[in-house]
Amino acid sequence: MSTHAAELGSNYLTNGFSLKSWLLTKDHKRIAILYMISITFFFILGGLFAFAVRLELLTPAGDLMEADTYNRMFTMHGVVMIFFFLIPSIPAVLGNFLVPLMVGAKDLAFPKINLASWYVYNLAGIITLGAIFMGGVDTGWTFYTPFSTTYSNSYVVLTVVGLFINGFSSIFTGLNFIVTIHRMRAPGLTWFRLPLFIWGHYATSLIIMLGTPVIAITLALLAAERSLHLGIFDPALGGDPILFQHLFWFYSHPAVYIMILPSMGVISEIISAFARQKVFGYHFVAFASIAIAILGFLVWGHHLFVSGQSVYAGLVFSVLSMLVGVPSAVKVFNWTATMFKGSISRETPMLYALGFIGLFTIGGLTGVMLATLGFDVHVHDTYFVVAHFHYIMVGGAIMGYLGGIHFWWPKMTGRLYPEFWSKLSAGLVFIGFNLTFFPQFVLGYLGMPRRYWSYPDEFQVLNVLSTAGATVLGVGYVMPLFYLTYSLAFGRAAGDNPWGAYGLEWETTSPPPTENFHHQPVVTGEAYDYPSLEAKSV
Amino acid sequence: MSDSASMLAHHFDDLDQQREASSLGMWLFLVTEIMFFGVLFCAYLIYRGANFAAFAEASHSLDIGLGAFNTAVLIGSSLTMALAVWSAQVGRRKATVWFLVLTIILGSVFLGVKVIEYSAKFEHHHVPGATFDWHAPYGDPVNQDGAEMFFNLYFAMTGLHAIHMVIGIAILAVLIIPAWQGKFTPEWHNPMECLGLYWHFVDIVWIFLFPLLYLIGRH
Ligand code: HEM
Ligand SMILES: [Cu+2]
Repeated sequence: MSTHAAELGSNYLTNGFSLKSWLLTKDHKRIAILYMISITFFFILGGLFAFAVRLELLTPAGDLMEADTYNRMFTMHGVVMIFFFLIPSIPAVLGNFLVPLMVGAKDLAFPKINLASWYVYNLAGIITLGAIFMGGVDTGWTFYTPFSTTYSNSYVVLTVVGLFINGFSSIFTGLNFIVTIHRMRAPGLTWFRLPLFIWGHYATSLIIMLGTPVIAITLALLAAERSLHLGIFDPALGGDPILFQHLFWFYSHPAVYIMILPSMGVISEIISAFARQKVFGYHFVAFASIAIAILGFLVWGHHLFVSGQSVYAGLVFSVLSMLVGVPSAVKVFNWTATMFKGSISRETPMLYALGFIGLFTIGGLTGVMLATLGFDVHVHDTYFVVAHFHYIMVGGAIMGYLGGIHFWWPKMTGRLYPEFWSKLSAGLVFIGFNLTFFPQFVLGYLGMPRRYWSYPDEFQVLNVLSTAGATVLGVGYVMPLFYLTYSLAFGRAAGDNPWGAYGLEWETTSPPPTENFHHQPVVTGEAYDYPSLEAKSV
Repeated sequence: MSDSASMLAHHFDDLDQQREASSLGMWLFLVTEIMFFGVLFCAYLIYRGANFAAFAEASHSLDIGLGAFNTAVLIGSSLTMALAVWSAQVGRRKATVWFLVLTIILGSVFLGVKVIEYSAKFEHHHVPGATFDWHAPYGDPVNQDGAEMFFNLYFAMTGLHAIHMVIGIAILAVLIIPAWQGKFTPEWHNPMECLGLYWHFVDIVWIFLFPLLYLIGRH
């Protein structure tokens, strides 16, 4: 099975070169590449909006743009980043590429639906882009009513229609994963031999199936209310804006786990590979994913602490929110224990994984602080919250995404990337990230509210630090674009398994053939059996 | 057998695996549908609690006769749908086609009745919006906003349900072609099974909508 692609001829990349062979492909690996291109585009777009926001905040006065323009900038930053980058990133790119490979299947269960999901994603993206180019939205990515339904003078309906459609692309992907994981595993691949990457995607898909329809109908009601003047969320007509917040967060809190669970899966793969160890407490890590998925649906009310919900509801949501911290902490402890037992090599993916653990821990601990009712009332809607969710979403999800891209790049392309540059960019990302977001904790604690375009002079130093950090971070993010593209043409050939990693995806050629495996794989060992792999290679 | 072998997609090992995959996929899709309708049911229950009298009054204005008739029609269509699936499973080509046609007819009758009901709402100014006009017909000087909220939800829920019916009928119509060509055999009939699940789901939603909108709160 270790024969090289060159000897066998065709792989998924060389199987047809026409545009049509890509745009009509039903191969999950090609669809993953298509997704990667679209998602990179939206990441850059969202990044530009972020940069506009940070530039405005360089000085205390609102001097770079109008207040209204500023509102549009941070809203479009949030909308693009969350719905078009963070939510699809790991599932649609790495998940699409790897789920069938890791379970030993020839493809996902529904290849046509998979292709459709990419088209739906792009259609949604074009509609949302349309809204942006016509002037954008100013409601914040949370679309709170009645501002969004009545007062906002921006393209709310068009944006929301885009997001409604986008929901279907998530649902298609989640449905495909669940069915594939249930029905198409290779012989011998029992549930508890599955890589933790698969467990992470399974849990994420469950959230997608249960949550996405809720946000879809909520946004549809919002659009209907704004265009037909219904009163479902309008207090003047007997409706209730708090209902909107409940429905919105019933999806949007679990959505943060849609972003983070796949990333945790990536981290488990990378850490075991570079510590050359079985993941410590495999079962705990697997069940923790499911526990997070379930508990994640019970805590949405911590976004409504100051909305006027009853004190009792606040207390219950406070306690439940703290509970979510438990399975997350279980994972962190298990990764640490895995590394503790192993001999660590510091390859680029491992640098990202280590960065993930540090940043996710800070994000999680500040989450527990926010879950404490009294503290949240103090820092609600300040930069403290902004820093918290960026530590989780950017520090967690994006570190996982970049780590995963580097880890599987040799598998996807058959090429190795230049080591010096990749390590440099990982370092810049880590430093830039902390420089950007750590000052925001302080700012928030001192009382700087979020979503304001100007601020008192005494906050300037910290804001300048943050903007400087964002610049470093931006450089770190852009670099892979260049050296990874460079590696496509000039990178060294990777071989089938450059890291000596364990897992079905490493047993096929790099890049894999269209049918994924030359022979139907049969699984005989536990996941991450690095000790026996080591023994064999001695 | 050669015909059904050609129905095997390249990435599955055998027809069994393929059938299990498509039915699991369909069940999962229905879970998302439950969550989709669930939001509206949830909103209905909350607002009903908040505007109890107004909701009771407003539900009186719905035509219970037409609602009951439609319930019967829909249950009938579930039966013909089940028979269509069964005929496909045992490979009775003509019966499959006929039961599909019957199901389409019953579904269309349902939608026709819905049109009659909706137009009555327009006539009486019971459609939410600028022209909405509510005189509590049964006594209580109930609040206009509460009644309007009832009709908001009435149109949202029955409208969403009707859209599902339209989609269902369209798929039924498309499936008549392979059914006529005898594509469904005892070995391979996945599309019919999935469509059957969908149709029954849409019927069940109505079974909840009818009492919630038409019946409860009647004296
Ligand atoms: C694991 C991944 C997590 C992600 C991706 C995440 C993400 C977010 C996001 C996006 C917000 C901001 C919402 C807004 O726009 O207002 C937020 C706020 C919040 N998060 Fe997290 N979070 C995570 C974990 C946690 C945990 C574990 C807890 C509790 C233990 C928590 C507690 C909170 C609270 C209480 C708020 C509300 C703060 C406020 O609005 O005043 N989060 N989080
Ligand atoms: Cu939350």
